[in-house]
Amino acid sequence: MDFLISFVLALVALLILLQLTVLLLWVERKGSALIQDRVGANRANLFGGLLPFNLGIVNTLMADPLKLFHKEDIIPKDADAFLHWLAPFIAVLPLFVTFAVVPFGDVLVLGERVINLQAADVNVGLLFVLGMVSLGVYGVVIGGWASNSRYAFLGGVRGSAQMVSYEIGMGLALVAVVLTYGSLDLQEIARAQGQLMWGVIPAWGVFYQPLALVLFFIAGIAESKRPPFDLPEAESELVAGFYTEYSGSKQSMFMMSDFIEVAIVAALVTTLFFGGWQVPYLYRDGFHLPGGFFFGVPSLVVTILQVGAFLTKLFIFCWLQILVRWTYPRMRYDQLMNLGWKRLLPIGLANVVVTAVLVLALEGFTVP
Amino acid sequence: MIAFYFIAILTLASALMVVLHRNPIYSALGLVNTLFLIAVSFVMLDAELIAMLQVIVYAGAIVILFLFVIMLLNVETEVRTARVSRLGTAGLVLALLLALELGVFALVREPSSGTPELPAGFGSTELLAETLFSDGMLSFELTSLLLLVAVVGAVVMARRKVES
Repeated sequence: MDFLISFVLALVALLILLQLTVLLLWVERKGSALIQDRVGANRANLFGGLLPFNLGIVNTLMADPLKLFHKEDIIPKDADAFLHWLAPFIAVLPLFVTFAVVPFGDVLVLGERVINLQAADVNVGLLFVLGMVSLGVYGVVIGGWASNSRYAFLGGVRGSAQMVSYEIGMGLALVAVVLTYGSLDLQEIARAQGQLMWGVIPAWGVFYQPLALVLFFIAGIAESKRPPFDLPEAESELVAGFYTEYSGSKQSMFMMSDFIEVAIVAALVTTLFFGGWQVPYLYRDGFHLPGGFFFGVPSLVVTILQVGAFLTKLFIFCWLQILVRWTYPRMRYDQLMNLGWKRLLPIGLANVVVTAVLVLALEGFTVP
Repeated sequence: MIAFYFIAILTLASALMVVLHRNPIYSALGLVNTLFLIAVSFVMLDAELIAMLQVIVYAGAIVILFLFVIMLLNVETEVRTARVSRLGTAGLVLALLLALELGVFALVREPSSGTPELPAGFGSTELLAETLFSDGMLSFELTSLLLLVAVVGAVVMARRKVES
């Protein structure tokens, strides 16, 4: 029974990630059209358009991935065939497991059993996510090198420098959050955010660490190599950067790794800064509003509300990243490096020092 | 136990790949694989924090810089000469000595009975930090100083004007 529960939880975590990835593909196509005042993807329609209404979403969800996986796969002459084949897998596989440590709800009470809604209860969950994301860079570098093309090679080199640089800013932003909540376990951090500041404001990371949120969000977008930080691809300079020589299902695996990284950044922003699955004032037995009001809610409804809140926040931050992607122009390479090393790094360090001093000086600053 | 042997054999195989493969890119990838598998061994020893640091620092950052340099310098595939080099012989002798030492140690040591009890909180971040900042304080600070010197040195070298 325990094994079955773990299996189902792992499946749910993986399915949230994969479904979100496919959905983001559609949201990006339609969303970019909305922003650019176009109609966007509307060609694929179920039953040849015989239905009175357009089932565009269903079709784009099915037709796009099917199309991508049926395209011809070309391996360039003189490419290192084995590494060329391996690179997309290195880019995408470590990212699949990241959602295992992200909590998507508090607990599910089934009779006697209290199930923790998190696939893997790792006490260093945050580091696990960072570690797996940092392995993804090998896909970019190896893919760029193995293609035996100048453009791909330049993209790969740019990718490695960019991702190593921004990992530092990202890590420093998260250190301040970890100091505030005193844990590396994402479920513990999410639970700590259920408390209240001065009895009214939820103790979410955004109120304790607003600077860390801004730093993390910028570094996160840079880490996922999307505009305005898409220097490794830079289609106006490098054709398509590190995946110039990729086609068919391998190219779509690189694309998928992009969307998974968007989902991971959104999940971390949600969990660390916006309370994860927390609904303000909702606890295991019901709503405790400030001023002593209480509404009892059945435990199953509480769980459903929490999972719903988590998914809603996740969608909002995915959409925010797509909005950023279609709004800002690409940076120059020196601007990118300056932002990473001369802005994010010193501000992040200062934030860590100030947070550490406050944590030591004020008893009430940490959320126990 | 089976898991241990499986991981150990894989680790040794990828370590051998680092040394024996002719293409430096493959060697670097073998190194990543070795470091990742060592992290897996740490997980099996209940030391999750060390495992994650191993992945983030070594596999995620240091080897990527190795790859960066190898790619930028465009290192060619090494041409193997028939003659065994002096350095290679020395390495082989040292490896054999290490294997002998470990073998003797494994034979002499008393076989432990069962798995020992882990102390509470073993491998946790709190316990590790506690040890690091009390017993290991001096070595921790000295190591930080060493790293700082390395960083400053690298910046000085990078800023020096090339005189031709």
